[in-house]
Amino acid sequence: MSAAVDTAAANAATADARDRRIPWALTAPALMLFVGVLVIPLAMTVMLSFHDWGQYKGIEPVFILKNWREIATDPYYAEMFWRTFRIALLTTLITALLGAPEAYILNRMSGRWKSFFLLVILGPLLISVVARTLGWALLFGGNNGLVNKLLMSLGLIGAPLPFMFTETGMVIALAHVMMPFMVLSVWTALQRLDPQIENAALSLGAGSFTIIRRIVLPQIMPGVLSGAIIVFSLSASAFATPAIIGGRRLKVAATLAYDEFLNTLDWPLGAAVAVLLLVALVLIVVGSNALIERRYAEVFR
Amino acid sequence: MAFLELDRVAKQFGPQTVVDDFSLTVGKGEFISFLGPSGCGKTTTLQMIAGFLDPSRGAIRLEGSDLAIVPPAKRGLGIVFQSYALFPHMTAAENVAFGLEMRRVSRAERTDRVRAALAMVGLAGYEERFPRRMSGGQQQRVALARALVIRPSVLLLDEPLSNLDAKLREEMQIELRQIQRNVGTTTILVTHDQNEAMSLSDRIVVMNQGRIEQIGTPQETYERPVSAFVSQFLGKTNDFAATVDRTASPARVMAGSWSAPAPAGVAGPVTVSIRPERIGFGDAGLAAKIVTRVFQGNHWLFQCESECGAMIVIRQNDGQKQPAEGEAVRLAWRPEDMSLRSGGASA
Repeated sequence: MSAAVDTAAANAATADARDRRIPWALTAPALMLFVGVLVIPLAMTVMLSFHDWGQYKGIEPVFILKNWREIATDPYYAEMFWRTFRIALLTTLITALLGAPEAYILNRMSGRWKSFFLLVILGPLLISVVARTLGWALLFGGNNGLVNKLLMSLGLIGAPLPFMFTETGMVIALAHVMMPFMVLSVWTALQRLDPQIENAALSLGAGSFTIIRRIVLPQIMPGVLSGAIIVFSLSASAFATPAIIGGRRLKVAATLAYDEFLNTLDWPLGAAVAVLLLVALVLIVVGSNALIERRYAEVFR
Repeated sequence: MAFLELDRVAKQFGPQTVVDDFSLTVGKGEFISFLGPSGCGKTTTLQMIAGFLDPSRGAIRLEGSDLAIVPPAKRGLGIVFQSYALFPHMTAAENVAFGLEMRRVSRAERTDRVRAALAMVGLAGYEERFPRRMSGGQQQRVALARALVIRPSVLLLDEPLSNLDAKLREEMQIELRQIQRNVGTTTILVTHDQNEAMSLSDRIVVMNQGRIEQIGTPQETYERPVSAFVSQFLGKTNDFAATVDRTASPARVMAGSWSAPAPAGVAGPVTVSIRPERIGFGDAGLAAKIVTRVFQGNHWLFQCESECGAMIVIRQNDGQKQPAEGEAVRLAWRPEDMSLRSGGASA
């Protein structure tokens, strides 16, 4: 009798164990891929950032804080990171200020025009970032840039507009590249708006400016902010656009890491820069996300 | 003087006429329903009164002055939308206060009026609730309070009860009627629900395909429908073709072997219309056979086959024995219970 109970209990225990194993077994392939291509390389990069490096001895697998101390003390790196985040922040602001109204206008268009302009806005996503950025270089690149040439031949400007190798140029080009992400994000928020809500505000006596400020904007703010998080993190870690517009002269964190890896061959220092950029971005994104969710709890529900 | 007047209003979208030749005068404090199937133009008419759409032809006048030049924000009408269209990022109190803020009502007065409006719709104590944390019925009440707090000259209700379940809808109908009586606001309700229109309104405007079919009190439109459409849209009805013979004395209305004394007025081919609850089983009258008998609690529903076509009969469940399926019966009604319209039966 008791033996039977024991067997039943043992069976139940194995069944339980099997039940617990099944989810792991099912997720194993994806988990292995995730660990193999993300976690291990990332861990190795973090470890690499603590290794030593010398011009003649190459990489030495020891644990030292040399690279981190260099980044922390040398103002060169501080300047680089401030520039990176300044550019990312300005880009985010510009895309929000232009993208949110753009999405709103798009949303009010009638059927055929709406799909046409949506395609126009999303079209750039189908073209390589390099091609899009080189377009700016063609328009504003020194004396031979098309726009510069035109304006100079019209006598409107005496010298080429400073665009290449400037922060302004980088911000403008990045804003252009990132715009679709902001528009899409705000557009999604606008889709959730009750189509009668503006009429409701109108009937209560609100003018069109008040409707946008008091009724529409608060409701699409979560969309603007999540767009801002996407744009900010993509701009801060962008490589192609800063590399083409800024070149060697105006480096940001991503191009700096690239140069350390491939030009100086100081892999440990490059790894430290890359890890710092990653950690800073994760902190900023997670922090602002938590803030937004707390502030807009009612709209998010 | 008419308080709100629609004068031959029409609305066209491209080649399509959605509302045509719509004329109506509404008295102060009246409760009017626009009743019709979807696509009959009732919501379009409401939107023209609200100012969200401009009429293609005709004029809308409020207290004698033309509304065409008044933008919707200045019309001072209260509107309750089908989706309620509450502002989800504002509390119930903020929602209700919005219209007062736009009118630059002082903060103190605003607080009082908001509290009073919410209390009127039975939501005292819900001031700080957000709409998403309220039930459909509560949201509906907030929307009503928000529309009424600005003391609108006309209250426009666009299918306000259609998103509520049947029981709540009935409760809200009664409450809506009481609030409207107490406040005395001229009200226009758009609905496709004939029960809602009949239980709430002073007058019903029955619409079909952009045109007014009939304007009248609920009782008039139900008992004296002017068209087959009205009689069939407002409740169940029995229509059959007959002829009025004025040569006989007294004049008689005849269909096959059935005949009855004809009321004055019409002659020639007519449509006879009788409500199913007005038909009784008697010894004389239209010969028929009961096809099905359905018990519905407080009443019985009979489907009969007669020489004038299928007939529906509704009898109160008053405890008396009812005829069984397959039984041959005679259908009888009082002459004043049938309404005659010129022309053959259209349905």
